[in-house]
Amino acid sequence: MKNMAMKELDNEIIKERSKSIRTKGRQSQPIQCEADSVAGCVSQRACVYCGARVVLNPITDAVHLVHGPIGCASYTWDIRGSLSSGSDLYRYSFSTDLREEDIIFGGEKKLARCIDELVERYHPGLLLVYATCIVGVIGDDLGAVCKAASLRHKIDIIPVESAGFSGNKSDGYRAACDVLLRMIASEEAVPKKDNCLNYLGDFNLAGEAWIIKSYLNEIGIHVNVAITGDSTYDTLLEAPSASLNIVQCAGSMGYMGKRMEQIYGMPCMNISFLGLEDTMDSLRRISSFFDNYFISSRAEALIKREYELYAPVVESCRARLQDKKAAIFVGGGFKAISLIKQFRELGMEVVMVGTQTGREEEYDTIHQMVTDGTVVLDDANPSELETFMLEQGADLLVGGVKERPLAFKLGIAFIDHNHERKHPLSGFIGAANFAQEVYATVCSPVWRYLNLDGI
Amino acid sequence: MLDCTPKEITKRSGGLINPAKTCQPLGAMYASLGIHGCLPHSHGSQGCSAYHRAHLTRHFREPVMASTSSFTEGASVFGGASNLKTAINNVFTIYNPDVMAVHTTCLSETIGDDVATIVKTAEVPEGKVIIHANTPSYQGSHVSGFSNMTRAMVHYLAEADEENKKSQINIIPGFVNPGDMREIKRLADLMGLSSIMFPDTSGVMDAPLTGHFDMYPRGGTTVKQLRDTGNSSLTLALGSYASADAAHLLEKKCRVPALVLRTPIGVKATDEFIMAMRQHSIKEVPYELELERGQLVDIMTDVHYHFHGKKVAIFGDPDIVIALTEFMLSLGMKPIHALTGTPDSTIGGPQGSFEREVKGMLEQADLQGQVKAGADLFTLHQWIKNEPVDLLIGTTYGKYIARAEDVPLVRVGFPILDRAVHSYLPIAGYKGAMRLLEMIDNALLERIERDCTDEDLELVM
Repeated sequence: MKNMAMKELDNEIIKERSKSIRTKGRQSQPIQCEADSVAGCVSQRACVYCGARVVLNPITDAVHLVHGPIGCASYTWDIRGSLSSGSDLYRYSFSTDLREEDIIFGGEKKLARCIDELVERYHPGLLLVYATCIVGVIGDDLGAVCKAASLRHKIDIIPVESAGFSGNKSDGYRAACDVLLRMIASEEAVPKKDNCLNYLGDFNLAGEAWIIKSYLNEIGIHVNVAITGDSTYDTLLEAPSASLNIVQCAGSMGYMGKRMEQIYGMPCMNISFLGLEDTMDSLRRISSFFDNYFISSRAEALIKREYELYAPVVESCRARLQDKKAAIFVGGGFKAISLIKQFRELGMEVVMVGTQTGREEEYDTIHQMVTDGTVVLDDANPSELETFMLEQGADLLVGGVKERPLAFKLGIAFIDHNHERKHPLSGFIGAANFAQEVYATVCSPVWRYLNLDGI
Repeated sequence: MLDCTPKEITKRSGGLINPAKTCQPLGAMYASLGIHGCLPHSHGSQGCSAYHRAHLTRHFREPVMASTSSFTEGASVFGGASNLKTAINNVFTIYNPDVMAVHTTCLSETIGDDVATIVKTAEVPEGKVIIHANTPSYQGSHVSGFSNMTRAMVHYLAEADEENKKSQINIIPGFVNPGDMREIKRLADLMGLSSIMFPDTSGVMDAPLTGHFDMYPRGGTTVKQLRDTGNSSLTLALGSYASADAAHLLEKKCRVPALVLRTPIGVKATDEFIMAMRQHSIKEVPYELELERGQLVDIMTDVHYHFHGKKVAIFGDPDIVIALTEFMLSLGMKPIHALTGTPDSTIGGPQGSFEREVKGMLEQADLQGQVKAGADLFTLHQWIKNEPVDLLIGTTYGKYIARAEDVPLVRVGFPILDRAVHSYLPIAGYKGAMRLLEMIDNALLERIERDCTDEDLELVM
């Protein structure tokens, strides 16, 4: 049964949107992406602040102070699911709670007072001040307030240029990377450590960075710092001392890797620890970079052991998931690419791929990977997701918080590959968890009770 | 673990730590969803709409549809009028709602967009309606946002177009779950009254699984009903913060008498709601309701010794905390800390005096307690460190305090992000009070059994 909104969509996909939707094998021109959303659309996208906040939030011992009215702090209070092995300060929500009088007279004094109080109470090494939409509009000079406070307290107090309207989530990632680059910049040359790398773009959701650290540690590679999962101010300052950057989430941290290559001459390698195949491949590529017999032999031993442990789990799920159809709607293009491969490992066909902020080269890769008839779409709205999931007969959607109830309403299984994942999905154990989660949702008995006549 | 709150209370001069409120637009969006066939529209950056939708979705576990003006640099410099005009056109072309309910954000308010004029001059397809509410995030809280959007429904739609008032009544339920709205409607039905509830998110935010996605589920107050609220003979506004403003406007605009009551949580507030309806209709209270009330009081007496003298801290939205405080007092408990993030009323803002009402109740019960409006959970945590409690009642955000202080938490209010079913079942009315009793009793008893020694474990409690 189709409702009104869908019929309208079929006949009249809003003209500007049609360029952002492609079916492989039918249209030849490239997809339109990295464009602003259309006013009046039900966009699934977030803002610059959101992008900056999710990247920086896992710095566990920093004070994250949001300068604006209360909402932006409320909605980002401890939602990321990043785990900490030490400080819990990042799980507190700090806001200047701008009120009407601050909008009229400016919020600089209130901000300075808040900073003073927080520094006095918590003595952090780092205090980040996030700009929200109205900060610039009411004329607050965030840079000046932070600079003065920094001199006063002799700690790093850094403004994050994250006014919500000034772009989309990707611009927020970039703003966050600029903050990190500024923070780690030092006039003195940092001595290099042996067999040491930085792990970029893992936010330690459900403890994922810990898994990867333990792998690398076992094969003789030291993880200098994960950026930013379970990181601290002091460990981040060590970043320039590594000899390699590996990047998991290229959407948020690709820029940081490139900039560090330019500034520090540190090579940068895109890797992926999602799925058995990518995990093995990544471990081999990392160990060959270090060109050390002990590292590569230990890597092979680890791969053999872990593969033998977890491949059977994936295989047993594969037997039940064979030929089921998956739809993907995630934040960035790089994750979508990894997921396509992971669904292949499970014998599933990917029938729809969408992202909020994928880039052109990522869409090219996706286009090459998928089979004819697969729908690829950028910045999709719920009606489009519904239309294509039903049209393509998807059995499963992988997405984030806003997509979950939509899938369920359609009677389609769902897996969270975003902040609300409950099990680690990285590495060998993560691939097994992923397979089991996919199996648990696709093959759950609850779907049998959808209709009265199904009993 | 999870404890960065010092016991010692020092003076603070602005800013919040661990807020007990969020911003107005979220409340406006929730109220809009209580209109049938309505698409809420956020006039601001697209992040606002994404956050509100995600937050509401986490609480209700339902899809939340809303469009956005998608502000960019240009809009913030030159104003958002053209974005809104484009949005209005696109919304009716693509999503085809009966009503588009526009609310503003901090950004569009600060740059001074005249949304009222844009809405007035917009080309709207025949039979379609746009309403709007000003909801700057730097005033009030999500509760005032709810109130302002409810008021906008009256402002734009209510009409007194019949000579005589109908016997029907209006009920404004306040910022409560769809399960509570259903229960409140059921009570009005049992009293034999015809009623219009607005906004009414039952059937929208607790819609059944059907195998297809309805952008506009079956529930919600229709535009026809909203127009007809002007012909009703009484408005019952439940909760002064969330509901009084709209009721007073309706009185002024359409001469429908307004009666502001507490949110009907607990025996006393439910009694008052029932008596107000009885007075209006001059009808006897049906046996079914007498039965429910009698059962509730029976349970209260059966286990009152589980509750008596227990110290409790309550936080959340003002209307809910006021009603809960009254209920806890009626059980013999000691609500020694009561806190809301929503500020007390200001001139021109929503009505309500949280601190005066709660302090008044405590004084009557001869109790000393800490009571504060416009406060945060950092403050509540400090209060609890200095004067410990046996029980914490509030939203999911209380779980950090509950863990740090090892106090049981009963989840009530908005938002609840870590449990399910709460939005379907009521805490309002006599049945709702029974459910609350069970939740609180279980929490207290499970704690006793967890902590007691083997020899103290009793079969019968």
